[in-house]
Amino acid sequence: MQQISFLLLFPLIPAILLTVLPKGLLRTIIVWFSSLSLIFVSIGLATNYMGSEASFFSIDSPILDKLFFAGEIILSLYFLWRCVGIKKKEMYIPILIAVQAIVMIILELSGKLPKVENAFYVDNLSLIMVLIIGIIGTLICVYSLGYMKEYHEHHSEMTDRSKSFFFIFFIFLSAMYGVVLCNNLIWLYFFWEVTTLCSFIMIGYPKTEEATRNAYRALGMNLIGGLGFTFALFYMVFISKQPTIELDKLIHAGPALALIPACLICFAGLAKSAQLPFSSWLLGAMVAPTPVSALLHSSTMVKAGVFIIIKMAPILQHTTAGLLLASVGGVTFLMTSLIAVSQSNAKRVLAYSTIANLGLIVTCAGVGTYEAIWAALLLVIFHALAKGLLFIAVGTTEHKIGSRDIEDMEGLIVTKPLLGIVILIGIAGMFLAPFGMLISKWACLKALIDASPVLAVLLAYGSAPTLFFWSKWMGKILSVSSKTKELDSRIDANEATALISLAIPTVLTCLLFPLIAAKAIEPYCMHIFGQTVSLSRGNGIIMAIMFGLMVFIPLGFLLFSKKRNYVSSYLAGANVTGSLTFKGSMGLIREVKNSNYYLTPFLGEAKLTKVSLFLGGALILGMFVAGIL
Amino acid sequence: MKIAVLFFAYLVGGLFLGGLLAGFDRIVTARMQSRKGPPLLQPFYDVLKLLGKRNIVVNNYQTFCVACFLVFIILTGVLFFVGGDLLLTIFALTVASIFLVLGAYSVNSPYSTIGAERELLQMMAYEPALLIAALGMYWVTKSFHVNVIASYSHPLIMYLPGIFVSVLFILTIKFRKSPFDLSTSHHGHQELVKGLTTEFSGPSLAMIEVAHWYENILLLGFVYLFFAFNPIIAIVATIATYVLEILIDNTFARLTWQFTVASSWIVTGATAVTNLLILTFFLK
Repeated sequence: MQQISFLLLFPLIPAILLTVLPKGLLRTIIVWFSSLSLIFVSIGLATNYMGSEASFFSIDSPILDKLFFAGEIILSLYFLWRCVGIKKKEMYIPILIAVQAIVMIILELSGKLPKVENAFYVDNLSLIMVLIIGIIGTLICVYSLGYMKEYHEHHSEMTDRSKSFFFIFFIFLSAMYGVVLCNNLIWLYFFWEVTTLCSFIMIGYPKTEEATRNAYRALGMNLIGGLGFTFALFYMVFISKQPTIELDKLIHAGPALALIPACLICFAGLAKSAQLPFSSWLLGAMVAPTPVSALLHSSTMVKAGVFIIIKMAPILQHTTAGLLLASVGGVTFLMTSLIAVSQSNAKRVLAYSTIANLGLIVTCAGVGTYEAIWAALLLVIFHALAKGLLFIAVGTTEHKIGSRDIEDMEGLIVTKPLLGIVILIGIAGMFLAPFGMLISKWACLKALIDASPVLAVLLAYGSAPTLFFWSKWMGKILSVSSKTKELDSRIDANEATALISLAIPTVLTCLLFPLIAAKAIEPYCMHIFGQTVSLSRGNGIIMAIMFGLMVFIPLGFLLFSKKRNYVSSYLAGANVTGSLTFKGSMGLIREVKNSNYYLTPFLGEAKLTKVSLFLGGALILGMFVAGIL
Repeated sequence: MKIAVLFFAYLVGGLFLGGLLAGFDRIVTARMQSRKGPPLLQPFYDVLKLLGKRNIVVNNYQTFCVACFLVFIILTGVLFFVGGDLLLTIFALTVASIFLVLGAYSVNSPYSTIGAERELLQMMAYEPALLIAALGMYWVTKSFHVNVIASYSHPLIMYLPGIFVSVLFILTIKFRKSPFDLSTSHHGHQELVKGLTTEFSGPSLAMIEVAHWYENILLLGFVYLFFAFNPIIAIVATIATYVLEILIDNTFARLTWQFTVASSWIVTGATAVTNLLILTFFLK
């Protein structure tokens, strides 16, 4: 319990200190110290409880209840205050806030709130999340030290509000710990809304018109989800036959009693994890500084969404509502993977791929069998690692080459070897065997074919475009032309630390994933479902062989490189300067320029988005209808 | 021990059979075009000649990628023929193909870049069909393991006719045959400038050639699975499939990538997905 309270409360100290103290060395020290403390305690908590059954902690303190209630009211008032001067079409936001606040006040004042036995809990799923938040979240914070400095050097017109940035950053981490450790759903709801608040402020950080509008869109969509959460609470207290506001009791109640609140909570999860039709807020979030994207996409926010959906899996298992929820995820995976092909902006590619992979997690959670949850947890872990890495790598690249367009990353492996290699590792981590995400996809296919072949077909189709857009990006980074020379600008030490500390585990998971599966994932499946998948030994060995090949072939190359004759490449005429220019028809000297295919006429963003929004909306509606019937 | 034997059998047998298959291909193609064609062992002579040439490269990444391509193709074949997991085999095949594509990208020549893009489009076209075929086989035999699938006593083709049609369709892409040989389409009048292999010559080209031999044997192994209940029928069916592919190669002109991707996805949907859904409905 001490460790839990530490994780929840400690981040508030650096948050306040960083607001008060000047930036510079002191800030670096505080961020490093608090990050290391959080990592240390997160790992400590994990080693204490990993593998054992869920442990519950009760706190009997009416004052805390009052405090949380007050917090919720203050939060609503703050949101309302921020809604002064919004655009006409954003007027739905204050209405949402008001409705939520009224529902929460009715709940609190009705006196019908059931007594809460256990306010906090720890189980393997929340521990996995604690580790993700504690390690990846804090590394992104360390990365921000370097990034925010350069960010303001690049955007000198902007006032430096990085103090508030770091304040919100630590509040965000604290709220995430709250989401994954609270058993009292009213408290969980409070932390849930705090993450909405933090993302709202962080997205609006640049204070440009675009950023402000996108921040309000994120706020609005997450509040729509939040409304689902409040309705779930309302249902559980007033309508349900067994009133409870405890997570574990809700889950144990089973589909007959808990299906409707589960659907409502999953609805909140869908909005938070940017599934169709809510995908636009996460894309809009790109305007914020890159660490924000890295944080939202890998360790916080969207992961809170899928976390709660995975929690609901035992209720959804074998229900029509669960299957429809899974289809929302499946359709999201297919459609956003297709759209990603048409994007050349690296951050947008990453965003679409995040939405797609979360879709896959939602698919697994909706299916809800032990195999599917096994796959979903693998996806959560590996996605957090690889995506966090990719975002921060793209952020640094943007500062170094002045662009986030994939076309401009040509030959990055030569111009910025560290960044090139790190991005290649990240991308390989996202889709290639034997890296994490592929192992998860493999587990997913196996789980889905057993549960619902239609979903497996969606996955089969959806994984094809992912191949395409990742590989062409890798290709660009490896495209070496003679104009590419090594840039000499150095990478900030904080940024480099974060890059390397994320790249190494992304690679190591190839070898360590059987261990992760055995220690973290299998016990969870065992406790919840009474059975679990265990990885066959042979396949583990094959993965290790593949990994070995990927490591040893390059080594062998360095050791036994034969003498080679270098020539410039074949162009459409006589080469003039190496592979750079050639004499084309009419004797004109032309420069070589290769670009990737984006297939925009076929996979145009606008066209596909319309279809996807419709499909997503229809399926969610279907989920509710099925839940009520 | 058994695995080691199978491993070496595949290493030698794959090379030998793959080369012979390539020679057979060239003779049959020649006969279809009323030519006599080269001797059966010509592909071996070609590769030996390529190996003896100077190693000319644009950069080091390309040779590295091609070496990985060959190694991973062989690994894929080994996984398949020792009876490993079928899905894993498909994923390993993907890794191998990606290495070839990256090699083509790395030289940054317009021809090989377009070849690489087209190869990726082709992969996008055939991937769903391969995965769905594996899913179909799993549904019938209840296992993803090749050895279990191969020793299934009933004819798989009876359960998976639609899936077999879609596999036939995408095999044309995988064998790099017309009308879907986009990624190796060549510059007018110049056989040397050939899509993604444009910048590969000498030993590197030999490696690509050998990798294709291994790959073709692996793909025919995949076809074999559909008929594995009776080895004689299976071998006949496999050879017939290859002859059919050669026939298609010689009777069709090359099509656009748009048509390739769209038609593969639609054919896969109409045949394989329908087959899988009907199967899962009736055969629990």
